[in-house]
Amino acid sequence: MNSRTIPLIGFVLLVVLLIAGLKIADKKTELPSPLIGKPAPAFDLPVLASPDKTMSKESLLGKPYLVNFWGSWCVTCRAEHPVVKQLADLNAVYIIGMNFRDERDDAIAWLKRWGNPYDVSLIDADGRLSVDFGVYAAPETFLVDPSGTIVFKHLGQLTWDVVENEILPRVSEMETGS
Amino acid sequence: MKPGNFLVFIMTLVISAAVMAQVAPVPEPLVFETQQQEERFNALTMELRCTVCQNQNLADSDATLAHDLRRKVYEMLMSGKTDDEIKQYMVERYGDFVLYRPPVQSNTYLLWLAPLMMLLAGALILRSSIKKRSALLDKKNLKIDR
Repeated sequence: MNSRTIPLIGFVLLVVLLIAGLKIADKKTELPSPLIGKPAPAFDLPVLASPDKTMSKESLLGKPYLVNFWGSWCVTCRAEHPVVKQLADLNAVYIIGMNFRDERDDAIAWLKRWGNPYDVSLIDADGRLSVDFGVYAAPETFLVDPSGTIVFKHLGQLTWDVVENEILPRVSEMETGS
Repeated sequence: MKPGNFLVFIMTLVISAAVMAQVAPVPEPLVFETQQQEERFNALTMELRCTVCQNQNLADSDATLAHDLRRKVYEMLMSGKTDDEIKQYMVERYGDFVLYRPPVQSNTYLLWLAPLMMLLAGALILRSSIKKRSALLDKKNLKIDR
């Protein structure tokens, strides 16, 4: 091996690393979601429309449901709203709007203004449940199966692509499976 | 110092003071029962990443998530959870990414061993180049002190 080949090999290795780095750069924004396959955190939270009532995780066992973390302060939630509405119109899955770190009046006004896509909205006023769910930022969407296990998580704005390719197939699988 | 420079200097001082005021470590005054608890809290929030910030730990960040996670650390600590249990809780939700010191496990061997491997590679290169040079010296019949 002469003295020129070593730097050359080094250079080629660097180029390979660069290309590999660029290839995975897109995937890097997908943060790991260790909660998948684990039981969803327990909750028993007041209902937004009538806060004297509560809804718990136990009461939801037996059917799949979607938990969509949102807030009236969240710009991206507004951006994904049409997709959530479109999904709701299919009546394919029960959708819980988890209204977190929000004011109740603001949340109700938001739903009135843009339309309410949720079967029910629950109040997680201080964001404690969002921490239990490992939420980074709103919106975040979790699909929970009939046994109460998280099977899918989507971080950020929900797109129809995700609904069609990730959420709906899983939901229909659960329904044929049970 | 030119007057212009002096002005820049003063402005830097003012701005940095303002920034420091903003990043007071824990805005909510937390009450600890023992000094040991306080030290553990400080150590934990230094070691846990604020997952929505660019390279900031929980102690440094003023993001809403950092507030919530600090509160969670505090609550778990006061309810008698160990440091490992608290870290475990965070890792179960936010992944190893939440730890500033990644654990030594199969997918991080490369990360941990890379510096050692580089050192080794450097030593090998150094050895071969020293050998080559001393061979060159021998060829030219030059004496070197050993």
